Amino acid sequence: MQRNKRFWLASAVLLLILPWLVGATGGNYWVRVLDFALLYVVLALGLNVVIGFAGLLDLGYIAFYAVGAYSYALLASPHLITQFPALASIFPQGLHFPLWGALIFSFGLAALFGVLLGFPTLKLRGDYLAIVTLGFGEIIRIFLNNLDRPINLSNGPKGIGSIDPIQIFGINLAKPLSVLGLEIPSLYLIFYFFLIMAVLIAIVCSRLEHSRIGRAWVAIREDEIAAEAMGIETRNMKLLAFAIGASFAGAAGVLFAAFQGFVSPESFTLWESIVVLARVVMGGMGYIPGVILGAVLLTIFPELLRSIAAPVQQFVFGAVLVDVEIIRQLLYGLALILIMLYRPHGIWQKPDSLKV
Amino acid sequence: MSSLLNVAHVSKRFGGIQALDDVGIDVRLGAIAGLIGPNGAGKTTFFNVITGLYPADHGVFELAGRPYSPRSVSQVTQAGIARTFQNIRLFKEMTALENVMAGCHCRSSVGVWGAIIRSKANIKEEHAIRDKSHALLAYVGLQDYARHKAKNLSYGYQRRLEIARALATEPILLALDEPAAGMNTSEKVELKELILKIRADGKTILLIEHDVHLVMSLCDHLTVLDYGKVIADGLPHAVRNHPEVIRAYLGGTIT
Repeated sequence: MQRNKRFWLASAVLLLILPWLVGATGGNYWVRVLDFALLYVVLALGLNVVIGFAGLLDLGYIAFYAVGAYSYALLASPHLITQFPALASIFPQGLHFPLWGALIFSFGLAALFGVLLGFPTLKLRGDYLAIVTLGFGEIIRIFLNNLDRPINLSNGPKGIGSIDPIQIFGINLAKPLSVLGLEIPSLYLIFYFFLIMAVLIAIVCSRLEHSRIGRAWVAIREDEIAAEAMGIETRNMKLLAFAIGASFAGAAGVLFAAFQGFVSPESFTLWESIVVLARVVMGGMGYIPGVILGAVLLTIFPELLRSIAAPVQQFVFGAVLVDVEIIRQLLYGLALILIMLYRPHGIWQKPDSLKV
Repeated sequence: MSSLLNVAHVSKRFGGIQALDDVGIDVRLGAIAGLIGPNGAGKTTFFNVITGLYPADHGVFELAGRPYSPRSVSQVTQAGIARTFQNIRLFKEMTALENVMAGCHCRSSVGVWGAIIRSKANIKEEHAIRDKSHALLAYVGLQDYARHKAKNLSYGYQRRLEIARALATEPILLALDEPAAGMNTSEKVELKELILKIRADGKTILLIEHDVHLVMSLCDHLTVLDYGKVIADGLPHAVRNHPEVIRAYLGGTIT
């Protein structure tokens, strides 16, 4: 117990000083990468509920991220006001929905979309489910791309800008904050905020996993008919998994929109769904620490390649022979293949309980 | 003894094949009832209809004096019939303990919020589920394998685990689909003891089985199916000498 406590304390301290360490050695660019890594942790944890626990292969997961991002973009940007003058008279100050409100709202909205996707796909399994969810993801993206006519809701491919930054308890995280004479840069503040969100969601996931609900999900994943024979209402449990997974993505979407200040359909392509899926699978499907590790590593690794691909070539060959972008994709793909070859259950898989 | 499960006039057709034709069974409270028949007689189909896996075209279903409609497997389990499967269907990646804990699902109630905020009720229920599951593992003799993954257990132990998991749903009727299939002689003897113990503890058991010795020595009552019809029904020794049964099993009459 004592050792456990010490471990948590050490991790907490490390996480607290991490942005300062990274910022001092790599600059703001790397702190930004860390921020995104945390965002991906939230996304991957959500997808893990759907795929890792309940075993429902969802290839359209990014749609829920889009739902969250666009709902905050609409609720906290001048877009709707400029499109609908009637609204402007109701909100003379402009639409500035508070972040907490937006988080709760998109939690619910994304969950609703999750159920919406879940309902028609209840009887589908495996590949068939994957195809339908893939279609669903694309439908959302295409909608966003085209909802600029006849009434301009989404502003089409141009996207929505000037979104309110993250503001909590009156503190604007987009600006540096002075605490006792110590200036904390905005990216660091966002790191801490995202960290809190990621930890909260990880706790929720872990508690669900070790509960009656989590066991029912895993039972469905292992054998749906046997799960039914245990009196588990598989329909409700699957919808619940879809809803909870989606709601996490919705929350992540809000954070993303507020962080970037800009959203466009381009951020929500099938590629993004696959990127999140890769994090879950590579990390260790169904195992929370593995998923977190996967999300962090697979966010940092390509960025690392981006920054070292050119200098390394320069050093070895004396010239940059292969374009950085090309070799980056190549090595990234190679890394994924190697992981799957040598760690087919993920980098950090669930330990066999006997060895614990 | 009063009737616990009373099923009558069950018909089920798969395309051109009449798998079940006006089949019925009456299982008395506290009995071990056997359902036997040659391969393809419709035993498993009948079993699946009773437990809600296949919808029946026609049939009257009554459990403990109350009509029930086997429309979904989970509802049948909630009503009090638990089953095992002919080709073992455990949750392979879960440990033995987790398998039984999953079986406790329908007799527990904590929802999403309770689990997330870890309410007092949730903690209490989790403890109760854990204790109950450990007790059930011990009941079937698997107390030393609680942390083994189900897929790593031996065949005989997997069968036992499936029974423990079914018992976790607190059934009034335990339906076993060929529990002795693939077992060696000593495993069968142990299985027999287990089934007798379960009955002694107040459960009623419905058994599909191929092993005639096992069936004859265990069952109080036998129903024989052939080509989707009941050809004999009664006490084991009477059924054994029934000419229709001999014909079905041996392909002719004994002269």
